Amino acid sequence: MSKNINITINGIPVELEPGKTILEAAEAEGITIPTLCFHKDLCVAGNCRVCVVEVAGQRRLSAACATPCEEGMEILTNSLKVRNSRKQIIELLLSEHNADCTKCYKNGNCELQTLSSEYKIMTQDFLELVPLKKYSIDMYSPSIMKDDSKCIRCQRCVRTCAELQGVNALTVAHKGDQMKITTFFEKAMRDVVCTNCGQCVNHCPTGALVEKNYIEEVWEALADPNKHVVVQTAPAVRVGLGEELGMEPGTRVTGKMVAALRRLGFDSVLDTDFTADLTIMEEGTELLTRLKKALVDKDENVSLPMATSCSPGWIKYIEHMYPEHLKHLSTCKSPQQMFGALAKTYYAKARNLEPENIVSVSIMPCTAKKFEAYRPEMYDSGYRDVDYVLTTRELAILIKQAGLDFNKLEPVKFDRLMGESTGAAVIFGATGGVMEAALRTAYEIVTGREVPFENLNITAVRGMEGVREATIKIEKPLDDWAFLDGVELKCAIAHGLINAKTVMDAVKAGTADYHFIEFMACPGGCLGGGGQPIPTNPEIRQKRAEAIYAEDEGLPMRKSHENPEVQKLYKDFLKEPLGEVSHHLLHTKYTKRERY
Amino acid sequence: MSNSHQLKRVDFIFRNENDWEKVLSTNIKKQPKDLINELISSELKGRGGAGFPTGLKWKLTAEAESDKKYVICNADEGEPGTFKDREILSRVPYKVLTAMAICGYITGATEGFIYLRGEYKFLQSELQKTIDEFHYYCNEIKLDFSIKIFMGSGAYICGEETALMESMEGRRGEPRNKPPFPTQAGYLGKPTVINNVETLVHSFTIFKYGAKKFYDLGVQYSRGTKLFSVSGDTPKPGIYELELGMSLQDFVYEFGDGDTKAVQVGGASGFLVPRKKFKDAAIGFKGKLTGISLPTGGSMMLFNSSRSMYNVMDNYLEFFREESCGQCTPCRVGCQQLLLGIKAVKRGDKPASYLDKLLRLTETMQLTAKCGLGQSVANSFSSIVENFREEMIY
Repeated sequence: MSKNINITINGIPVELEPGKTILEAAEAEGITIPTLCFHKDLCVAGNCRVCVVEVAGQRRLSAACATPCEEGMEILTNSLKVRNSRKQIIELLLSEHNADCTKCYKNGNCELQTLSSEYKIMTQDFLELVPLKKYSIDMYSPSIMKDDSKCIRCQRCVRTCAELQGVNALTVAHKGDQMKITTFFEKAMRDVVCTNCGQCVNHCPTGALVEKNYIEEVWEALADPNKHVVVQTAPAVRVGLGEELGMEPGTRVTGKMVAALRRLGFDSVLDTDFTADLTIMEEGTELLTRLKKALVDKDENVSLPMATSCSPGWIKYIEHMYPEHLKHLSTCKSPQQMFGALAKTYYAKARNLEPENIVSVSIMPCTAKKFEAYRPEMYDSGYRDVDYVLTTRELAILIKQAGLDFNKLEPVKFDRLMGESTGAAVIFGATGGVMEAALRTAYEIVTGREVPFENLNITAVRGMEGVREATIKIEKPLDDWAFLDGVELKCAIAHGLINAKTVMDAVKAGTADYHFIEFMACPGGCLGGGGQPIPTNPEIRQKRAEAIYAEDEGLPMRKSHENPEVQKLYKDFLKEPLGEVSHHLLHTKYTKRERY
Repeated sequence: MSNSHQLKRVDFIFRNENDWEKVLSTNIKKQPKDLINELISSELKGRGGAGFPTGLKWKLTAEAESDKKYVICNADEGEPGTFKDREILSRVPYKVLTAMAICGYITGATEGFIYLRGEYKFLQSELQKTIDEFHYYCNEIKLDFSIKIFMGSGAYICGEETALMESMEGRRGEPRNKPPFPTQAGYLGKPTVINNVETLVHSFTIFKYGAKKFYDLGVQYSRGTKLFSVSGDTPKPGIYELELGMSLQDFVYEFGDGDTKAVQVGGASGFLVPRKKFKDAAIGFKGKLTGISLPTGGSMMLFNSSRSMYNVMDNYLEFFREESCGQCTPCRVGCQQLLLGIKAVKRGDKPASYLDKLLRLTETMQLTAKCGLGQSVANSFSSIVENFREEMIY
């Protein structure tokens, strides 16, 4: 252990362990130093320079985010020299930025705007640079819009795309005044390896990268008396939405959210968790079938490990990066798309509605879901299965526009018929959750007993490690599954595409001897999704995860196969998992894509 | 006058006695510690323009603990008005290679690189031949040291040492945060000595003749000689090796056309000195007791009275606007604002007082830019605007 060092910050003596940056030291002392390019999820860039501070004895200022504290440093975070320089840097950024704030989607949640307001930049002495450049907005992706006129070149998106996701769809090109964040050959976002995960949107400090919003379309549908508008809400939304409405991270707002949706005028407020339970039935059965084919029939065409398919960012990633390995993917649609296909078939029939009069809306923590709903494969009901996908953030906008006092809403329950769910479905929202839910059900199908973990909590698959492994030994199975006796079921979990890359490289090399792998595109799983409230960081994601597991613990049913509505669905409509109707409505195929 | 200094031509750098093999073989028999002390006592400072003590740089790298270390010769000579390294590499490349090998011997590096400016591609094949012969000799004397050429691609910023390393590692040439410095974590994160071509040649001189011979030239804080690239309004443009510490007045007597209005010392990132300050200005590193000291990578541009200082400034700023890597705010946006700003003042769209706002901007750039490029734009801007304000306005 090396010795602690002593410094002063604004005259206050501080003792700290070596290796900390000036920014970290100041934060620990409760002194805020403004930042823009800095983000806790990412490596230090030190390029925006708004965090500059004065170190006694040095003429030049130092970037607090990038400068390690050294013994005896006397740091001033708010000297006149610092203030003047910092203010001028903000002015420079504004001169390069399309500061038409009132017409910006991020108005009110923009770090540059906040900083400009804090420093009371009231005039613009510098020349406006935006009109001199030919900017156009890339609005061709169904998920993400990119407006370079609002870009401050902090490269948070570039680092996100490279470090968290390993996708590198966004990159820096050109130099000097021409320097910009762009894609391969400056193609549109929809034409490159972009997975639509939206992590760039979540990490962008300004309005340069935002989700493509469908707010007006949804209001129009709600206002149309001839339309029956159903809405489904993903598991992670209920632990994120509160943040957009002024609550602390980790606040669970399920009942209030349902109440709000009903007030907004949705005809039926239903739950993606219902189809998450359904996914477990289909995917669990698919896994057991693959295991049987591989272990008993020695069928060499069966691909193991089997990979989950709930995360559309992950799906697009594997389609681009490992197109030769698509056979590992479960053929199950994601819960959103299972819901969509059933809404315009099973639900329509049960409610005696014409499917063309149903508008199916989903509330997702995700921007990739917008792309998923738009895929040509997703018309199995005969119509577009999911019409509009809104992010958690867009839902908050709807709630604010409707003038609802979210805090005062009395919690209510989801509507019946595709509104019932179990704790196993809720944990889909956290990394490892699909795995845990699948194990709870599959183990019980195979052995007739509950998974051997206290209170059903399979803690081995939980956590925030990028790649996790777990093994469950199957003992004394039921007669039908005798071939699994003594088999150690090997599982892996990866979240964040950079970690998916690690696992897929092992699969590609043939060194991954897993049976089942859960992949989630976003750090932390859906709770850290690209459509969740901004900001995001490891602490916030941890709080959302705790909320997810608390929600699971609080539910009376915690195993997908116990969901009575799912049981009824099989009895009345699907007949059996992987049956013919399922095959038609609930399963899909994948597309090989180029690597641009 | 005691601080006036006669202009003295020297001939060390291009003196070709074809004895590099002897210089190499005798020096690698000495103790590394003794060689470092020799270099330190010569007071050689980096000739790329920044003037970091070379001996100290080598010492820090020698002391750094690592399984692998590197020596890099920075031949990305891109400062406008500088063309001396090109000449060194074509006329006395062996001296550079020898100095790199001795540096490797001292620091424990076994691999060296020459980062050659993209526009100097025409030097590559000859230089490679020389390197091949050099390797042959290293083999003969059982010295484990090899040198590779790495071709740059034409970005000015890659002359900045950490941007150069980023470029070598296959990434976009953008300067890194410092610390850590290259002596601790340089190329591939390993301790690295990176020196300008000319610095390496001077260390060859020192290892050949001893530190005293070098130290005796020049003045306090600015020892030895320096290669100057003389251009502009001069009857004799070219490359000259001169002692450091000369006054600009003496320089202009020698190289001016009789009508010299100003001299830009150190290229676009250097300082402009107007006629009335020639006699107060000396060429060398900061720390001289009296007068103005002007460090330079060697570029000396002379302007006569036919030149518009506005055009000169405009030209420099066009250059910086394009050659900023674009990474940090003060440099990327600052350079654009300065260029557009002087144009606006010239057109009358902004009042003359806007120049003061721009001067404050260059102060901010100097204080906050991430690397030397953005920090040094202020040099030419403030020296030109302050000395030739009228030309900027009317």
